[in-house]
Amino acid sequence: MHKPTTTLYWDYGGLGQDRAISNACVSVVLTMLECMFDYERVSSQPTPSRIHELQQRVQRMQGSAISRSLESVPGLSGVIQLRTGEAYAVDSPSLAMALAAGPSQAGEWIGIVGAPDLGLEAAAGFGIDLERTVVVPRPGELWLSVTAGLLDVASMVIVKPPVPASAQQAERLKARLRMKDAALVCWGEWPRSEATLTLTESSWHGLGRGHGRLTARSVVVSVRQGGAVRRIQLWLPGLDQQIAELDHVVVPLAMAQAG
Amino acid sequence: MTVTKPDGRQSEVSFHGEQSGTPKRQLVIWCPDWPVVAAATQLGLSLQLPLAVFDRGEVFACSAMARVEGVRRGMRRRDASARCPELTVLERNTASEIRTFEDVLSAIEEISAGVAPVRPGLCALRVPSRFYGGEKEAAAVVAEHLVGAGVWDFRIGIADGIFAAEHAARRAASQDCWIIARGGSAVFLAALPIGVLENAELVTLLRQLGIRSLGDFAALAARDVLTRFGREGALFHRLARGLDNQPVLSRRPPLDMNQQVSFTPALETVEPIVFSTRQTAERLVAELAHHGLVCTEVRIEVVTEGGWTGSRVWAHSRWFAASDLIDRIYWQLQGDPAREPVCELRLLPESVESLADHGEGLWGSALNEHVERGIARLQGMLGPEEVLAPCLQGGRNPRDRQLLSPWGERRPPQRNPQLPWPGTIPPPAPARVFSTPVPTVVLSEDRRPVKVTSRGLMTAAPAFVSIGEEAELMPVDAWAGPWPVDELWWDPAQARQVARFQVTGVDGSAWLLVVENDQWWTEARYD
Repeated sequence: MHKPTTTLYWDYGGLGQDRAISNACVSVVLTMLECMFDYERVSSQPTPSRIHELQQRVQRMQGSAISRSLESVPGLSGVIQLRTGEAYAVDSPSLAMALAAGPSQAGEWIGIVGAPDLGLEAAAGFGIDLERTVVVPRPGELWLSVTAGLLDVASMVIVKPPVPASAQQAERLKARLRMKDAALVCWGEWPRSEATLTLTESSWHGLGRGHGRLTARSVVVSVRQGGAVRRIQLWLPGLDQQIAELDHVVVPLAMAQAG
Repeated sequence: MTVTKPDGRQSEVSFHGEQSGTPKRQLVIWCPDWPVVAAATQLGLSLQLPLAVFDRGEVFACSAMARVEGVRRGMRRRDASARCPELTVLERNTASEIRTFEDVLSAIEEISAGVAPVRPGLCALRVPSRFYGGEKEAAAVVAEHLVGAGVWDFRIGIADGIFAAEHAARRAASQDCWIIARGGSAVFLAALPIGVLENAELVTLLRQLGIRSLGDFAALAARDVLTRFGREGALFHRLARGLDNQPVLSRRPPLDMNQQVSFTPALETVEPIVFSTRQTAERLVAELAHHGLVCTEVRIEVVTEGGWTGSRVWAHSRWFAASDLIDRIYWQLQGDPAREPVCELRLLPESVESLADHGEGLWGSALNEHVERGIARLQGMLGPEEVLAPCLQGGRNPRDRQLLSPWGERRPPQRNPQLPWPGTIPPPAPARVFSTPVPTVVLSEDRRPVKVTSRGLMTAAPAFVSIGEEAELMPVDAWAGPWPVDELWWDPAQARQVARFQVTGVDGSAWLLVVENDQWWTEARYD
């Protein structure tokens, strides 16, 4: 913090005797002035993260490609870290909604294109804020333009293409994703996606033969990212309707028997 | 115009109330049996027929013909039909009464400003006596104008207050007027029966106390009335004494906010039309803003030379700025192109709201400008009904529990999601809800269709399930149900008796099935 320096020029005109008194007065005045301009107590040092964030914002406004990470719901943080400017492919609507829940809770807008049968109550259950959600259930042939248009509004768009997207379409959309600082989750195949998430195992709990009801589901998510494949066991959703990593210590009886 | 002279009445009742310039003199226009007139006008019925308007099973108003036959207000439907078998029964429609009365109000507003609608069928205005040279003359002018506007049955009363003037109007003959001189209200009202006060409880009580006329009531000391009957009683006491100083709140005539622009010569291409409409759109927004209003819904009409009219309503989730209107005109012309050169374009605000309800927050609005513009662009591409805003509502099946409404139209949920909905499947909610249920086959172990009896019992446990038209049979891993729902059993047209099941297949998929009349459907998938 810089203290403002005040320089005062006094023409004493040879009044030698009063000099000591005048000097004393000047020093008092200077101290008072300095005190007036001293903000040291209220200022705070800008943290490096804040500077980084501002730099990112400047670059984003300039249109240069800088990707930022999107929030995710607590249970999914170990599965994948979503970044803007990238496209992700999933094979399950639950997974798509779970991925969108984090950004939605962080205040981002969500777009849903081409999925008329997506359960909105389930979306709200996963944590998507429906107030900030735009749904285009039947875009028809215009699905790519609609998705591109929605990127102006939403930071995360869930799309279910009626026909598999071509590599060229994917590349064009990716450029737009980078420009608009948004992420795409495709329910289906997506050429050259950043990561592909598939449910390799899924079993529902709570249902018997003629009794009970569906309460929770344990799944194994395979994440193929950059050549490597990771497998994560998840509750999607758990008994408390939240997404959580499966506790390895307590394996449900049914699974233990199956394994 | 003849004025009915109240022969043999009190000398106070006369026609000399022409000291103009005093504000208290009220002219009341009363249209008798207005609910009947409104309903008959709407349905195109003749008023010469015996008609009666019913409200909650009782006669609310009836035509003169029905009255001759003995139909009276407050009569039950059966009694009224017994007195007059050819009676036409009409249901009361308050909205239509108000709407029809609007024509009367605007007819009066053409000659006199400041009309105060009291209720449908009754309105008051200050007597424009100085302008027309007297109260009688003013009433004559009003009557003439109303007849010219097609209103036939009305009576005019002029007195010191609305209450007295209304009862004076009831004395008058059709299309005629009855004037009570200044200061004569109390004497005039004293002769009226106590039943004219519109408070049944008070009237009954007063009758029991032996008070039969307003004059008897007025004779009581104001202080005693206040202590015995409270504030409301005191107000009625003031009315009975002719001290009706209820202020007349005149309505503001509805604004004509429609804007239009004509093109000569007619224009063919979109761009010049849009360009030429810019000023009109700006004028509309400015005109509304001048009155502190904003437009949230607008109808755009495009008229071509050949008489073709393209019309469409556009809604905005905030309100239309001039540029938004221009966008909508552009989209409409592109989406629904006129086949001939366009000669006129009209902007008709369908719903306007107060600017105060739409003010920007201190830190800007929650809904960003860029979101609005982005969605508006999509609506331009696909049409406004294709870009939807989701919300949740109450209901028993997953499809009923969600609601998609066009973006910008604040459509409220039809059913309250907060209420308990017995019969709903508890969470987790299914991730896929089919917009049309998928036909399904459910078979037992011995490959026979599983049925659910009307008592909610199953003929066999489901062992195989086939979802979709030509799907393969899948062995059932686990199942639960039936959960019967007997919906709307009181309404034969909408009643549904269904039973729901949750089923998981051996491949780990989970489904929500419903059976109705032995036909199985898949409503949703837990995907």
